[in-house]
Amino acid sequence: MLLSDPRAVRGTLLTRRALALRGAAMALAGVVLLALGLSGLLVAVVNPVLVIAGLVLLYAGSDRLIWAARRRRTDLLLGLAAGWLVLLAAAALLAPVLPLGEHEDVASTILEPTYLPPFQYLDHPLGTNGYGLDMLARVIYGARASLTISLMAVSIGLVVGGAVGVVAGYYRRRVDGVIGILTNALLAVPPLILLIVLATVLDPKVRNMAIALSLLTIPTMVRLARANTIAYSQREFVLAARALGATRLRVMARELVPNVVPPMLSMAVVVISSLIVAEASLSFLGLGIQPPQPTWGNMILEAEAGDTMTQHPSILLVPGVVLFLTVFSFNLLGERAQQRWDPRGAKL
Amino acid sequence: MRAVLRRLGQLVAVLALVSFGVFALVALLPGDPAAAILGPGRPPEEYAKLHAELGLDQPLVQRYLDWLGGALTGDLGSSTVPPYTDVLDRITAALPVSLELAVLGLGIGLLIAIPLALVSAYREGGLADRLISGGVFAVLSVPSFLMGLLLIMLLVDELGLLPRAQWVRLSESVSGNLSHAILPAIVIALPEAALFTRVLRNDLVRTLREDFVLAAKAKGMPPARVLVTEALRPSSFSLVTVLGIALGTLIGSTVIVESLFSLPGMGSLVVTAASQGDFPIVQGATLVIAALYVVINTGIDAVYGYLDPRTRRVAL
Repeated sequence: MLLSDPRAVRGTLLTRRALALRGAAMALAGVVLLALGLSGLLVAVVNPVLVIAGLVLLYAGSDRLIWAARRRRTDLLLGLAAGWLVLLAAAALLAPVLPLGEHEDVASTILEPTYLPPFQYLDHPLGTNGYGLDMLARVIYGARASLTISLMAVSIGLVVGGAVGVVAGYYRRRVDGVIGILTNALLAVPPLILLIVLATVLDPKVRNMAIALSLLTIPTMVRLARANTIAYSQREFVLAARALGATRLRVMARELVPNVVPPMLSMAVVVISSLIVAEASLSFLGLGIQPPQPTWGNMILEAEAGDTMTQHPSILLVPGVVLFLTVFSFNLLGERAQQRWDPRGAKL
Repeated sequence: MRAVLRRLGQLVAVLALVSFGVFALVALLPGDPAAAILGPGRPPEEYAKLHAELGLDQPLVQRYLDWLGGALTGDLGSSTVPPYTDVLDRITAALPVSLELAVLGLGIGLLIAIPLALVSAYREGGLADRLISGGVFAVLSVPSFLMGLLLIMLLVDELGLLPRAQWVRLSESVSGNLSHAILPAIVIALPEAALFTRVLRNDLVRTLREDFVLAAKAKGMPPARVLVTEALRPSSFSLVTVLGIALGTLIGSTVIVESLFSLPGMGSLVVTAASQGDFPIVQGATLVIAALYVVINTGIDAVYGYLDPRTRRVAL
């Protein structure tokens, strides 16, 4: 049996040099495939496959190169996801002061060229849409709407759902039963149908959308807070606090809430990604924030009209890719957070 | 037995609450149905007369009880938008479309998921496993309307493989119906397939570590047979649960796909009714969707307890 080389990098049987060489070869192959796919030389259907394969290879190659350079494995994907979210949040926050093109005033862009392809013009890095509006500016303002709505909704869900869940879990009996029926009733209506019904009642503004979406998060948060509260209220420190004469309110606020919050926060990250999808879906159905104010959903809706999508694929692909990357990043972040602060670990 | 009664009691309570919530929410909508029917600019007596006819001058609880009484006897009222069709007729016309899409989508999802999960679990952590798990994670991050548009762009517009036009009823022509249903069904199937693959793979990996699998391997059973005949059945447990939940939710969640492909199902019924302010349809359809969801889920819990005796005692 061969023993591995003592110079091998941790986590693999290869030496640094061999690992770096492999990584470089894979990354290079990835770049070639990517270029081939993006150039559009081959038949239409092969291109997306080439692009995806190229990206996977490029990622695997860069992962190995960094592995060899740092001598240990790093979670490159997590880094990329976090980087994307920071970039997006910063752009959304700074949107009014960034030197962007026009994002919603159609009257001011009458003279601008329409349907410019992306990556070819300096003043419109992601091209323009059918009204000559700048796609980069629209995507960033879309991020502003999307992130504001989902963060507001998830905060409402955390506070309301958390409070109700802790009360239900601590008091049990009647209170718990009533709250259980209420949450089950909320869960019985499919999320999108609930949103559609709400959207007909509410004026489609950012604040109202956040309130409507928060209704989707509350049942999940109630259940999670309730389960953790039940688990923790059996513990010795709660008994000790009660023996010392702490009031129920104090036990809940000082002993239970600090323990219930961490698993709820990691759940919140996953919930944000589904809220972003829900908001985009509603906008796509024409029931969310109304144009000309851009959201990713109504930008994609623009692409569905007539044959825009086939004539100018970038109208669909630009907001589509941004939406995908954001949802993917939140999902990944949420999954890693849950692995770390596993709610099931709270059972004992 | 007591557990069953408690479950049923909870079921009724949930349904009553949902129906009242939907009714109250829609009834509190701004906008007057009478004005919508007659149009503006008529003398006020005419509006008042129609209000009395529609029962809108009654208090909310009274109207709810009337409506619920009607609903229980199969009368959900009629649409307030021309041609004023019966709500129940509209729902019975739309429900089969949604059901067909849901069942077809789940079937395709399973067809994709089972082989992928088997390949993935066979060599845990291998290249195929990592690629499949990565793909699953990526697919789960694509919103369904985006997935639908991308597939349309690729399969319909670029390749001209499938039609994207009028829906053909199953009773009219089976092949015509299937060729129209297949693309929407695929759009529904992909995220479900991703979810199924993930669930089944994780269970399979756990089963493959069990002693009886080792014993089968030691006796010289070929790997494919070990996977399919020995490991698949004991691992399909969470899959059954997830499948049931998916069936319950899908009836209302096909909204996006129905609007993408302009299919006359439950989802598009609610969306169009909501945008036209056609309250009786919104109320009726939401009630039916929620009732189906609750009943299916309760049924699944019961089946679950039947399949695995260990879960019976914990049942609420």
